[in-house]
Amino acid sequence: MSYLYQFCNNFSFLILSAIGLSIIFGMMGIINLAHGEFIMLGAYITTFLATAGVPLPVAILIGALGTGVFGFLIDRLIISHLYNRPLDSVVATWGISLIMCQGMRILFGSSIPGTSTPLGSFSIGDGKYSVYRILLAVIALLVVVAVYFIFMHTKIGLHARATMQNSSIASSMGVNSNKMYALTFAFGSALAGFCGGLYAPTMSITPDIGSNFMMESFVTVIVGGTNPLVGTVLSGGVLGLVRSFLEMNMGTFAGRVGLLVVAILFIRLVPKGFSGLVDNIRKKMEVKKHAKN
Amino acid sequence: MILEVKNVTSGYDRVMIVNNVSISIDKGEIVSIIGRNGVGKSTLMKTLIGLLKTSSGEIDFDGANITKMKAHNRAKSGIGYVPQGHGIFPNLTVEENLKMGTMINSDGTQKNFEMVYDYFPRLAERKKQMAGSMSGGEQAMLSIGRVLTGNPKILLLDEPSEGVQPNIVSQMGEIVYKISSELGLTVLMVEQHMGLIQQITERAYVLDKGAIIASLSQEEVKDNQIIKQYLTV
Ligand SMILES: Nc1ncnc2c1ncn2[C@@H]1O[C@H](COP(=O)(O)OP(=O)(O)OP(=O)(O)O)[C@@H](O)[C@H]1O
Ligand SMILES: [Mg+2]
Repeated sequence: MSYLYQFCNNFSFLILSAIGLSIIFGMMGIINLAHGEFIMLGAYITTFLATAGVPLPVAILIGALGTGVFGFLIDRLIISHLYNRPLDSVVATWGISLIMCQGMRILFGSSIPGTSTPLGSFSIGDGKYSVYRILLAVIALLVVVAVYFIFMHTKIGLHARATMQNSSIASSMGVNSNKMYALTFAFGSALAGFCGGLYAPTMSITPDIGSNFMMESFVTVIVGGTNPLVGTVLSGGVLGLVRSFLEMNMGTFAGRVGLLVVAILFIRLVPKGFSGLVDNIRKKMEVKKHAKN
Repeated sequence: MILEVKNVTSGYDRVMIVNNVSISIDKGEIVSIIGRNGVGKSTLMKTLIGLLKTSSGEIDFDGANITKMKAHNRAKSGIGYVPQGHGIFPNLTVEENLKMGTMINSDGTQKNFEMVYDYFPRLAERKKQMAGSMSGGEQAMLSIGRVLTGNPKILLLDEPSEGVQPNIVSQMGEIVYKISSELGLTVLMVEQHMGLIQQITERAYVLDKGAIIASLSQEEVKDNQIIKQYLTV
């Protein structure tokens, strides 16, 4: 039971922290080093609103929205000039992350008063379980379903997938790829802000909380590969399992290190991550299907 | 005149490939651009759809000057571009690929789908199949069908016969001819396949080193001697 709880915790943390990063990376090939700071921004907005009396769910949504708008502006002002220049965009987003982190410190000091984790907890046997954490796991699943729906069953999702596969042909079919990229970046940023808002009540709010999410989200995306959905979910699942197992048996530190080691080994064996793996399997199945026909 | 290209020069970064090209096409015509490998045929097509900038000269389409227009807006003004190698989206299904064409013009979409499935029954059988797993011939048909769902005013075909089995090529030619005559659709086709060129085109331009060096009438196109001279090295 406590193992399952731990797994849910890790799984939802990995998924929620990685999904925004992975959508931006998968769609645009841009590695957003300011991803952690976008999460931080979401946490700040949420915390300010919540301490001012706004109901937490509303505060979280506004945190996500606000971060999305911020991401949109960053894209228009900076990132859009660097499409097709991945290395420059890495440097630029790194700069943005530094400025955001220091900016927050200057504006609001080294920490702000937080909100406490809502909903309390219950115990079964020896274990004590936070209701809010369980809710987070449910939300993580809902986010995955929502992202799946948007990408697979809406017109804009179709245009996004086409752009991801071949942006110049998509634009020759009438898709404004710059608009598509701006939307993607804003959407990924909003998801980062959402993650920050969701975890804001569980941590003390400081300008450098982004770094708490950075390692996990990057490892998840690297192991997942370029497919934002399949890759992230599979990699979140497997890494969540590994980490929970190590944490339960050897402590938190072992969990973190183990995560890295597994990621490095995995990437040695399957350079394209879970996305590549799934692609290969799917191709083999298609070939088999045809052999039968 | 539906398409008029006036003294267009274009290329990649600082290397100009297409050099002072002028062509003009009337509504409903099927015109070919022929020439050997690497003379700039695809570069010209990419310039027409707007994937490459026009460095100098002017392009008029359907009564409007589109020289400065971006590719996605040119598509919406009614240009159906079928790139070399077919350019289908491999990880989208056949049906999703077809849906992409409807951005060109979203009127009467359902009817257009039925029309495309009529012309290419193969696509109707394989709606849910991943496009990347289709044969070369099927991909060629999908790439043509994909722009037809958007009811374009002109088809730009860049070597549609590439990667298509020889015995399927003439069948494809028949379908393109039928589409053009039934819909009154203008076709500008880059080709090196002599059979296909002679089968459907009404006249042809010859491109060499980025410039138009000859303009051939239908009689000249049908003359094996003449056409071979321009197609072989
Ligand atoms: N992306 C590019 N960047 C720079 N040069 C290019 C690029 N694409 C093509 N070229 C060059 O432009 C010239 C013309 O290429 P293009 O593809 O237009 O020829 P083509 O006539 O279509 O040939 P083919 O019959 O082989 O398709 C070639 O010399 C080619 O090397
Ligand atoms: Mg070519």
